[in-house]
Amino acid sequence: MLILAQAWSEAYAVVDRNVAVEVSGGGSGQGIAALIKGTIDIANCSRNLRPEEAAAALASTGKEPKEFVVGHDALAVFVHHENPLEEISMEQLAEIYRRDGTLTRWSQIGVGLPSGRNKIVRVNRQSSSGTYEFFRDHVLGGRDFHLASLDMNGSKEVVELIASTPGAIGYSGMAFATPDVKVLRVSIAPGQPAQAPTAAGVVSKRYPISRSLLIYTLGEPRAPVRKYIDWIRSPEGQRIVADTGYVPIRCEGKDAAGECVDAGTE
Amino acid sequence: MRRRWHRVNEALIEALIRLCGISATIFVLSIFLFVCKEALPLWNDKGFHLREFLFSDQWYPTSSVTRSYGVLAMVAGTFSVTLLAMLIAAPVGMGAAFYISEFSTPRVREILKILVELLAAIPSVVWGFAGLTITSRLIVRFTNADVGVNLLNGAILLALMSVPIIVSLAEDALKAVPDSFREAALAMGATRWQMAWRVLLPAARNGLTGAVLLGFGRAIGETMAVLMATGHAVNIPGSVFDPVRTLTANIAAELGEAPAKSTHYEVLFLIGVLLFVLTFTVNLAAGFVIRRERRT
Repeated sequence: MLILAQAWSEAYAVVDRNVAVEVSGGGSGQGIAALIKGTIDIANCSRNLRPEEAAAALASTGKEPKEFVVGHDALAVFVHHENPLEEISMEQLAEIYRRDGTLTRWSQIGVGLPSGRNKIVRVNRQSSSGTYEFFRDHVLGGRDFHLASLDMNGSKEVVELIASTPGAIGYSGMAFATPDVKVLRVSIAPGQPAQAPTAAGVVSKRYPISRSLLIYTLGEPRAPVRKYIDWIRSPEGQRIVADTGYVPIRCEGKDAAGECVDAGTE
Repeated sequence: MRRRWHRVNEALIEALIRLCGISATIFVLSIFLFVCKEALPLWNDKGFHLREFLFSDQWYPTSSVTRSYGVLAMVAGTFSVTLLAMLIAAPVGMGAAFYISEFSTPRVREILKILVELLAAIPSVVWGFAGLTITSRLIVRFTNADVGVNLLNGAILLALMSVPIIVSLAEDALKAVPDSFREAALAMGATRWQMAWRVLLPAARNGLTGAVLLGFGRAIGETMAVLMATGHAVNIPGSVFDPVRTLTANIAAELGEAPAKSTHYEVLFLIGVLLFVLTFTVNLAAGFVIRRERRT
């Protein structure tokens, strides 16, 4: 969700000139590690904080991390644009990516690549990525990834590598899709209807790999940080979510504490 | 009085110079001790086995099932990339040094030397970028390789990065050979090629070996370019078209996320110790080779 954080910080520079938002990437794990050390105000995160991470943050800074939902996302599965494949099932994805998985050749799922290459080149994220963990927990059912995948530092690198590698398959947030790669429709099992990763698919829960985009702060955020998060969750901030290619939260109203209540998709 | 002041001054300067001389050693030693200290808690860690670390290729530091910390695949990756790079860089670098030092006209020599120095000044991340966007795509287009970011791609970049070092050091080594050697060879009726091959090469052997080994050191420690260009895949390569991961790239990619004092964090420092030991062994071996040659 790095591109979203950057878009917010750029837009916010106009909203409040007195606050400079500095963004740095590297995956959800980097943000959480920095949050635990107490060196940052906001950790953007595309997976939920684990209980032991919350405990570590409390132990190191004395504050309980607080969670804000700021958008929704679907994981899109990409292949090279020459690849004739149009849809893939969750089972097939798991067999391609899991440790000792059985799918290693495109011919096994009936795909012939124009270049004559046959090996499935698995493009993955490095282990600090929230996307990586989300994929592992929801597609592989918590099992390990197969080693020897190409582990990229960011979602943008994933898409760029797939665009230049005929036999590649990979995944990232839907916002990173470019015209150079083909986005696959995803089904639960072969034969079942496949769904494209669209806002409609995420909201209707028909797309099987969707998740929430989160912000964590240490305890109750300080006034300027609070103002920034409120702005992110306002229609203006949420328009940026949609413009960046993610799915905005639908603010249904405010709860007793004045929090924006998210209708939710999960 | 004046004399006394002079003597104090002298002693002071001497002490300062001595401090500068040993400071490099002190820095290296303290870095080594710090890295060891960070890795030390592993000895009492039940989840860590040294045998697994050295002889397993299963690198699962963040698994939610069973964690394992085997670095064999990355050791293989580091050595395969570095050796292949040297296989490319050593002949090219030597050839360039011989040309610059022995065969070119003074004008061409000056231009080439400036260009080689320019090559040495390119930051490694720029090389990595070139590897990611140019050479890797050429490899996919012109070979049957499945991926462009692979062992060969990394080795080509490392070779390009270490060639300038090899060229300038090898050229210095050739320059150190006394002109009387050249004059004697030419006077005996040798062609320039015979002079270079039969006289200069043996005479400058120590310096040339040193040049290649320093190039090797440059290549084994390189991080950014190989991180971007080798595919970063934990994989024991079976061919030059397989993607690999190096020890340095793994530290760079994972140290930021590993929670401080966790086993993962400590293992990354142990990889640092391993790298230290590897480069130290290479340098020591090089020292032995050079010294033995000097004696004979």
